[in-house]
Amino acid sequence: MSLKTIQAAPGFQDYLPKEYQDLLEDGPFFQQRKVSELGSFKEALEEHPMCAGCAMTLFIRLCYIGFPSLEHTVICGTAGCGRLAITQGAVPFVYGNYGDTNAVATGLKRGLEIRFKDQPKDVVVMAGDGGLADIGFHAVMHSWFRKEKFTTIMLDNEVYGNTGGQDSGMTQKGMVMKMAPTGKKFEKMDMLGLAKTAGVAYTARIAPTNPTRVANTVRKAVLIAREVGPTFIQAYTSCNIEYAIPTPKVMDDARDVEKDRYGFQEYFSDDAKTYWEESEKERKRLRRAAKK
Amino acid sequence: MIHVLMSSDYLMLEAPREKEFITGSEAAKEAIRRANVDIAIAYPITPQSETMQQVGYLYAEGYIKDYYRGEEEIGVMSAVAGASRAGVRVLTATAGPGLMRGMEAIVSWPGARLPSVLLVMCRVVNTPLAIQPDNVEISYLLNAGGIVLHGENQQDFYDFPLAGFMTGEKPEVTLPVAVAVDGFFVTHARGWVNMPSEDLKLPPRNCYHEAVPMMDNENPPIRISRDAPIQKSNFISYQMHASWQQEIWAAQERAKKWLDRWLGGLIEIVNPKAKTMIVASGAAVSQSREAVRQGEEQGLDIGLIKVKSLRPFPGKELDEALDHADRIIVPEFNYIGWLSKEVKSAIKRSDRVVAGPRVFGGMTMPTELILETITGIKK
Repeated sequence: MSLKTIQAAPGFQDYLPKEYQDLLEDGPFFQQRKVSELGSFKEALEEHPMCAGCAMTLFIRLCYIGFPSLEHTVICGTAGCGRLAITQGAVPFVYGNYGDTNAVATGLKRGLEIRFKDQPKDVVVMAGDGGLADIGFHAVMHSWFRKEKFTTIMLDNEVYGNTGGQDSGMTQKGMVMKMAPTGKKFEKMDMLGLAKTAGVAYTARIAPTNPTRVANTVRKAVLIAREVGPTFIQAYTSCNIEYAIPTPKVMDDARDVEKDRYGFQEYFSDDAKTYWEESEKERKRLRRAAKK
Repeated sequence: MIHVLMSSDYLMLEAPREKEFITGSEAAKEAIRRANVDIAIAYPITPQSETMQQVGYLYAEGYIKDYYRGEEEIGVMSAVAGASRAGVRVLTATAGPGLMRGMEAIVSWPGARLPSVLLVMCRVVNTPLAIQPDNVEISYLLNAGGIVLHGENQQDFYDFPLAGFMTGEKPEVTLPVAVAVDGFFVTHARGWVNMPSEDLKLPPRNCYHEAVPMMDNENPPIRISRDAPIQKSNFISYQMHASWQQEIWAAQERAKKWLDRWLGGLIEIVNPKAKTMIVASGAAVSQSREAVRQGEEQGLDIGLIKVKSLRPFPGKELDEALDHADRIIVPEFNYIGWLSKEVKSAIKRSDRVVAGPRVFGGMTMPTELILETITGIKK
């Protein structure tokens, strides 16, 4: 979008809802906001119907800060908890059929590339572990094999939270869930390994314990997808309801799980590494030049 | 040198045409050559594959901006939904079991108001698995919410896709269009097709003149996006969903005037005063035309109505055109007889309808079968 498009015509500014005015005057568009600024600007996502203490919601808020061009970002999602928050974000959101995200994102990204030759449009898939590793698995894998240039972010709460606690492919082996009454019979799917095999340019495993790292990782993934190829972030976003994590202990759980089995990992393909190192050098050079 | 036309009318109604003797697949290719398609997404299935291969050659020649083979039909039909949301003109095609596989995505297109063209080359869908002609799959499309056209021959497979793009993209319509033909009879056989020069093509899709915003983030930011779930359990949500569905079917009605304009009417009538009328769509029309001719040789006065558009269904037009008829014969290439049910529900005195003859599972429809149904005399 252009700033001109979203500005109110003279004389009408005062009649727009306060929230719209705030988004224009002090929002996240046309500037890269930082995590350290949280609380001092109008966020893309504020009110939402997610459960109290939900780690997924925190993660999604941080994603909106990480996106490098929020005003040129479109999110594809699917059924599940995450979309309850994402639909409340001030960014276009495609709510498709369950499991269709990476196929829809393929058509969307290719279509936007045809229409907007000089303006990068970032397409981001943000969906749950069930939506991406189970029902949407084939679409995810083939979008990676085809090297589609968009980012896939898995909100991995290791359960079908929205339908009431059934095991997904990303649930840990042995967990007793609503459709695994004697415990889940097979290991948590290695989506990061599959992503690497499929030729994904950049993958990251992350828990929302370090907000700045979350925002930076998301920014990195979106920029690499824009220039190099598909990127994938697998984020631990616990379900405090289905895993019975007391609300005040949600971040303690995230830290424990991170330490135990979900530590931060990232992988760059050779092309992605070259691109990222060069773009970082350029960013530092510009920063130095700006200081002089 | 390609001339992008300012008006769709010129290509459909005014440009001088020349005849070529080509297959249905080639006719569809020639339509797509002139349709200014931005992206085509393919997946192989008999008897459709050849058409999307031909469309691939158009991409290689530079007529289409993007083209790829998707992973399977759910992936393809979902990608069509993504591309249409991006505001580009998008094409795909499928057949039989492929249509069934893609159906979850296909039925979501009208509600999302996604103009596109889906070519359907009908074949058997049910077990035992076969690739033979049978158009039972159209019955599933009839309740999907999109526009459904049924072509009789190679000429229709040239004209209908172009009319489909133009109609579906009209602001007051904003719907996907399926163009079905009977596989093999149309796709793999040759027929005469009248076409304008190949250096003409339709104006591009004008996506900002449609019923819903594009998902391109060129709109003012709002909290609830266009595709927000209407899943809350309250009466406002129910009302929203109900009125949204009503609007889809109202948009179909609004498509009628454009289909009238570019297809020369939703129906075609042959020998309109005959007391015995045949109503048919697709390849059954060709067989019925021949039955009418043979009947005339035998001194039988038989009329024929070709139904070109199944959605919107020309119920009022059929009711008026059949008001005088004593008997109405509905020959079909499927077991369940979906067209006869449609006709019965649209006309007065539906006991005049003879629901048949019907062939299925790959059988051909001899003209004698239609005449026997009319005369009641088996030879």
